Amino acid sequence: MLSRRTTAAAIAGTAAVALVLTGCAGGSSEPTSSPTSSSAPSDEKITLTVATFNNFGYTDELLAQYTELHPNITVEHTIAATSNDARSNYFTKLGAGSGLADVEAVEIDWFAELMQYSDKLYDLSDPSVDGRWLDWKTAAATDADGRLVAYGTDIGPEGICYRTDLFEAAGLPTDPDAVAELLTGGWDTYFEVGAEYVAKTGKAWFDSAAATYQGIVNQIDAAYEDPQTGAVIATENPEVREAYDTVLEASATQSAHLSQWSPDWAAGQANGDYATMLCPGWMLGVISGNAPDVTTWRVADAFPGGGGNWGGSYLTVPAQGAHLEEAKALANWLTSPEVQLQAFLEAGTFPSQVALYTDDALLDATNEFFGNQAVGGIFANRADAVTVAPFKGPKYFAINDAMVQALGRVDIDKTDDAESSWAKFVSDVQAIG
Amino acid sequence: MARTMTGERPVRRLGFTQKMNRWDVKVSPYLYISPFFILFIITGLFPLLYTAYVSMHEWSLIGGQGDFVGVDNFAFTLANPIFWTALRNTISIFLLSSIPQLIIAITIAAVLDTNLRAKTFWRMGVLVPYVLTPVAVSLLFSFMYADQLGVVNNLLTTIGLPAVPWHSDSFASHVAIASMVNYRWTGYNTLIFLAAMQAIPRDYHEAAMIDGAGPVRRFFSITIPSLRPTIIFVALTSTIGGLQIFDEPTLYDQYGRGGNDKQWLTLTMLIQNTGWRENGNFGRAAAIAWLLFVIIVVIALINFAITRTISRVDATRMPGAKKKGVAR
Repeated sequence: MLSRRTTAAAIAGTAAVALVLTGCAGGSSEPTSSPTSSSAPSDEKITLTVATFNNFGYTDELLAQYTELHPNITVEHTIAATSNDARSNYFTKLGAGSGLADVEAVEIDWFAELMQYSDKLYDLSDPSVDGRWLDWKTAAATDADGRLVAYGTDIGPEGICYRTDLFEAAGLPTDPDAVAELLTGGWDTYFEVGAEYVAKTGKAWFDSAAATYQGIVNQIDAAYEDPQTGAVIATENPEVREAYDTVLEASATQSAHLSQWSPDWAAGQANGDYATMLCPGWMLGVISGNAPDVTTWRVADAFPGGGGNWGGSYLTVPAQGAHLEEAKALANWLTSPEVQLQAFLEAGTFPSQVALYTDDALLDATNEFFGNQAVGGIFANRADAVTVAPFKGPKYFAINDAMVQALGRVDIDKTDDAESSWAKFVSDVQAIG
Repeated sequence: MARTMTGERPVRRLGFTQKMNRWDVKVSPYLYISPFFILFIITGLFPLLYTAYVSMHEWSLIGGQGDFVGVDNFAFTLANPIFWTALRNTISIFLLSSIPQLIIAITIAAVLDTNLRAKTFWRMGVLVPYVLTPVAVSLLFSFMYADQLGVVNNLLTTIGLPAVPWHSDSFASHVAIASMVNYRWTGYNTLIFLAAMQAIPRDYHEAAMIDGAGPVRRFFSITIPSLRPTIIFVALTSTIGGLQIFDEPTLYDQYGRGGNDKQWLTLTMLIQNTGWRENGNFGRAAAIAWLLFVIIVVIALINFAITRTISRVDATRMPGAKKKGVAR
């Protein structure tokens, strides 16, 4: 109660910050020289702002390198706590027409939503970035008019993380190569090994239904929306229903029934509540943070059904900014292979830049927590295995959220069975559409 | 001075200065308070009316104003079962937080009103939870109420009770959220009650003591009736704040969307979900906001009526009531 006051204070605070930001942007004048695609169009002293979330690996030292290259440009960096915060900030200010940073980071899950308004983003097409990224990464950032509106930073190719001590107790192989061999195959292979594990130990095989579903749905070409018409097909798509049923059937015995990102889920990584989990590159940092004292986490170079990608981000330049060419040059530099490599070594954000996949600095990168495995090479392999670039339309985020809740009702809360929870999902989707 | 002058020689026509004086007396009080009302019109009334305007249109977060749709947004909201679930949750959390909170706050205030050692220490002590930010409190409590490894469930299972499904069961989640609210606001209300209690003339208590009334009787027959205006104030602010509860339920789990089955989705969270999270449908969000406004006004009026009746019944039994009257 009375949280009205704090909310009001928060709004006032945000408004004040926005005022200051817009004040800054308005205060410095437009570059006088004609825009060129060279990296330093003007000698005027300017400040560029970069807004990211979580951990992009952009340290102050890294950004200072840019000022060394371009002495007239100072880079200021603001970091939102979560991708959700960044999303609401982005859309609110995009609607308002001012207040966004010169370079704004976008996460892949709400990227499609943003692409609806690609005319509010600056065209970043440039000969210097041709062929820099994986094809599907570039394709998703190109709008209907062929403008490239975002530069890729990282991607989330998925492997499988597992615990050797729990595998050993169940009589399964523990060596990463042997485990990779064991788990290579379709989802049925993964769940069969899971059933075997559960039968022997009576413990859970994976963390949650929703996390596992995430892996399957990212292999479906067009899960929720028709790419041609944009119509919502989530409730009629047999592939979605099949994924839902498969996961819930396995979850009944194999899931640890934990809600992803909850305190219980995090503690489960330390306590050995589950033996495996789907593991994009950035998840390694999450696990080592949650279970610093566990020495038995390893990552297997395998993924059910081929390859899968979970997450990853882009940098955009909103057209409302005052220094568009300079911002474009900065985004170009930040997403260059050399800089992305530094970011990867700092924060484990796996590059989307193809040139790095043959670079020894990436391939030989090891992770101490994961028994000094050469994780750089493993995830390069996993990125190679990704064949499907799922279509994620503007309603993907909202529909997927409803699906995660539908799975949670059955897997975690047990307030519904698969049928009744699906019925609620259908009515949720109707409210969205 | 002026009076004697007019008494001796009646003035036929008011001079300019005198006219100004009259105007000064009549108008200036309104001028002095006008900044508040001007600010209110800009920051309170205008948004209220503008929200009503938005609620009658199709309105998207980024696309802006669309077609005029009349009451469609209201009709959709009233037909939407999620709205009714959110209303149920909001009222349930409101009752679970406001009622115990008022009772506990009055009790603690009564204890603090007695002759304690280190008075200021205790009085400041109750305010500590209020100083903590709601986000910090919610984080702390979300660890305590974790379903499997939380402190609360650990304690319960240790003493042989079954663990409570804090995030699956609707009522359990309301209790947990209400406990965060109570933790934060009880101390604040305690201080308000304490201030009011200290303004009660000690004569009443002394007279009652001589008549043989014990501390409990004095608490119910003197303290409570004397607190009537304060209770009304606190009940009203709790109603307004309680029905707009947002921070605590949003931070109750890591997603902030009110539970998989909308177990603890409140109306303000529904407004946020509708306006910002899903499709950015401002029209529907504005309609919910207006319905919430109407609900708050209605409940505040009911509340006002109830608290007035309760205090009035008590007041007639109060010994001092006949002599001096209670309400100040």
